[in-house]
Amino acid sequence: MPAKKLNPKQAAYQKKVKKYEPKPKALRNALLAFLSGGVVCLLGQALTDFFGAVMDLPPEKAATPAVATMIFFGALLTSLGLFDRIARFAGAGVAVPVTGFANSMVSAALEFREEGPILGIGAKLFSLAGSVITFGVVTAFIVGLIHAILPGR
Amino acid sequence: MDWQTYFFAFLVGGGICFFCQLILDLTKLTPGHLLTGLTVLGGILGGLGLYDPLIKLAGGGATMPIISFGNSLAKGAIAEAEKTGVLGVLTGMFELTSTGITAAIIFSFLMALVTRPKG
Repeated sequence: MPAKKLNPKQAAYQKKVKKYEPKPKALRNALLAFLSGGVVCLLGQALTDFFGAVMDLPPEKAATPAVATMIFFGALLTSLGLFDRIARFAGAGVAVPVTGFANSMVSAALEFREEGPILGIGAKLFSLAGSVITFGVVTAFIVGLIHAILPGR
Repeated sequence: MDWQTYFFAFLVGGGICFFCQLILDLTKLTPGHLLTGLTVLGGILGGLGLYDPLIKLAGGGATMPIISFGNSLAKGAIAEAEKTGVLGVLTGMFELTSTGITAAIIFSFLMALVTRPKG
């Protein structure tokens, strides 16, 4: 928000009003994010153990189908309109795990659904998630290049 | 399956979300900025080999947050780079993350197709 120049009277008014504004409940929100994020990760861990047992995979490989399942849940909840309701109190607790990645893709696609399957869904699917992939790949490229060029580690 | 992993999964995963929520509430960063930043952080931690110990400790608490995506990208690129040299950076990039990306595209596309927008 660009700060507007206020005359003294306006500044005084803003100061007065500020007292009555609801304080952002940062700590409460953070605690809710802690609990919900913790539960999401517990579920992820349970899925990891489940796939590890069913598919006979070591833990580091079993995390992959667990992540895919969480992505499915995130997409499904978004499609049912439940994700936003949960996110209203869970905040980062559901946005930071991969469920949030799926939510950003489905919600972006739904927003532009009217424009058709190609220009709408297909093109806008990554309008939010694309940035994550782009910057992730650029970072990993630089990191990988350093490892490839520098001998040893 | 042991209870310790579950304990740390809750603690570490919740802790990451705790700090991310604080960042969202106390700074002007949007969730888009935050998620992108976390992925970059994951890539750097992966390059330094610092994220895998956390996965070992906290399991889902470390593999579910988006930081893990950056870590997996970097790890895939590094693993192939060490085997085949510079070209491996390109071929190995999506080695570990292709499941996640493919699942995300397929599920999101299908959900977007079948969902009737409200209002």
